[in-house]
Amino acid sequence: MSEFIQYTLQGLAAGGFYALSALGLAVIFGVLGVVNFSHGACYMLGAVIAAVLLAELQVGFWVALLVVPILMFGFGVLMERLLVRWLLALDPLYNFLLTFGLTLILVEAVKQRYGVSGLPYEVPAGLGGQVSVGSVNLSAYAIFACVFSVAVCLAVGLLLTRTRIGMIVRASTEAPERTRALGINVGRWVTPVFGFGIALAGLAGVLAAPTRAITAEMGSNFIIILFAVVVIGGLGSILGAVVAGLLVGLVEAYGIAYAPTYAQIVIFVLMALVVLVRPSGLFGREEVA
Amino acid sequence: MTGTPLLETRALTKEFRGFRAVSEVDLTVTRGTVHALVGPNGAGKTTLFNLLTGFLSPTSGTVLFDGQDITGRAPEQIAPLGIARSFQITSLFEAMTLREHLELALASPTGMGRQWWRSVARMATFKDRAMELLEQVGLADRAGAPASSLAYGQKRALELAIALALDPKLLLLDEPTAGMGIEDVDRTIALVKQLAEGRTVVFVDHNMHVVGSLADRVTVLQSGQVLAEGPYEQVRADERVITAYLGAAHE
Repeated sequence: MSEFIQYTLQGLAAGGFYALSALGLAVIFGVLGVVNFSHGACYMLGAVIAAVLLAELQVGFWVALLVVPILMFGFGVLMERLLVRWLLALDPLYNFLLTFGLTLILVEAVKQRYGVSGLPYEVPAGLGGQVSVGSVNLSAYAIFACVFSVAVCLAVGLLLTRTRIGMIVRASTEAPERTRALGINVGRWVTPVFGFGIALAGLAGVLAAPTRAITAEMGSNFIIILFAVVVIGGLGSILGAVVAGLLVGLVEAYGIAYAPTYAQIVIFVLMALVVLVRPSGLFGREEVA
Repeated sequence: MTGTPLLETRALTKEFRGFRAVSEVDLTVTRGTVHALVGPNGAGKTTLFNLLTGFLSPTSGTVLFDGQDITGRAPEQIAPLGIARSFQITSLFEAMTLREHLELALASPTGMGRQWWRSVARMATFKDRAMELLEQVGLADRAGAPASSLAYGQKRALELAIALALDPKLLLLDEPTAGMGIEDVDRTIALVKQLAEGRTVVFVDHNMHVVGSLADRVTVLQSGQVLAEGPYEQVRADERVITAYLGAAHE
């Protein structure tokens, strides 16, 4: 039983990383119609920047948690302004290929600079220990990561449902033309939304840094699972991204614990089942012909 | 001010890869009138709407609104001038509630549009106005429901309420009764009549009963060109119009 609770916590913590990143992916897809393949690389960059800040500038985890998303927001803004923007009018495939190419460049650049072995990163002071709940010992950092990601997801959810910008983002996600006909400048929100989505991937990277091997390749597997998350949740669905992120984290953790050989396969079996039963995903809307 | 044109197009033309969807159209819509655009499928009616609202840029020609040249401006620049449109295919925000639809529309022409961080809950003034508009189109009891839960006729009514929320000088309705049963059609006619009070309306519709009941003036389009224009009775009796319609019907 105590093991099961530990696996659940690990699953929810990993799921939190997926949820945060998938949320960024969903918001970007919703407003721009771009499937950002480089999302995994942005997650990797978040973790690498955190590690470099620590090694070279002695900037610790808590500062990184704030600074890295801001840096990644800037990176996202540049990426949208300099690259993505010019392909928006074309078939979405072009931006998919662009971000795929960008991923290869980012991964190779990090490999060139920092090599292929993992960069060191420690669990922040105060969260290194175990917390005993009854007879169960749980990692303090896993609890923190899990609570923190869910809190950020909730905050983003509130932003989207309770504020005007949220209303505009939701409206332009569904019917951009209709939104423009109401006199709302959808284009003005495109760059900040893209930057925001990338910042969420970066934030997930920082959160993952103390628990994962920080390598140039850490985003490659991540993006594949992230796509499974998005398919399960429903492409463009914001609630779906969060719920499916946590779900996939759990499934993965149980898989690793109880059926290590099949851990990865289980996620994609889940994806296949969801697609068979509900082709538009758990929270996706049915396409109206 | 009545009697002067609110909307004018001059030699308005739109080409798609050599195909002329709208060709040299001169349209004058008089302030305070209800103006119908009719014509067979592919006559260029929706393209014309898209040119008027900025969703398409004309190949040549000009669009004047209230004496101002608005040719080639973006939709989000045109809408605040006082042009609201509905869409042929209902394009609502399925997940948003009816009230949210109206609040979004009500907030956009005001300074609130810039205060993006403001909580929607604070927009109390909009809330009341939103409810008024919903009442006007008979949807007040569904204010908190998501748009996806509405029946087809109700969705079209919500479209009208959204257009009205912008308090437009000019209301463009693209097939407001498309796909409706007779009852809904009659209700929509009554509704549009009520909304047209003190406004200028241009609408596209295939239903001649609707056109006859609502329109002060009718412009008939065929293959992107103006075939005939005048009061409904006169246009209906026009030989060329009859040929065009029967011809199209017998194809």
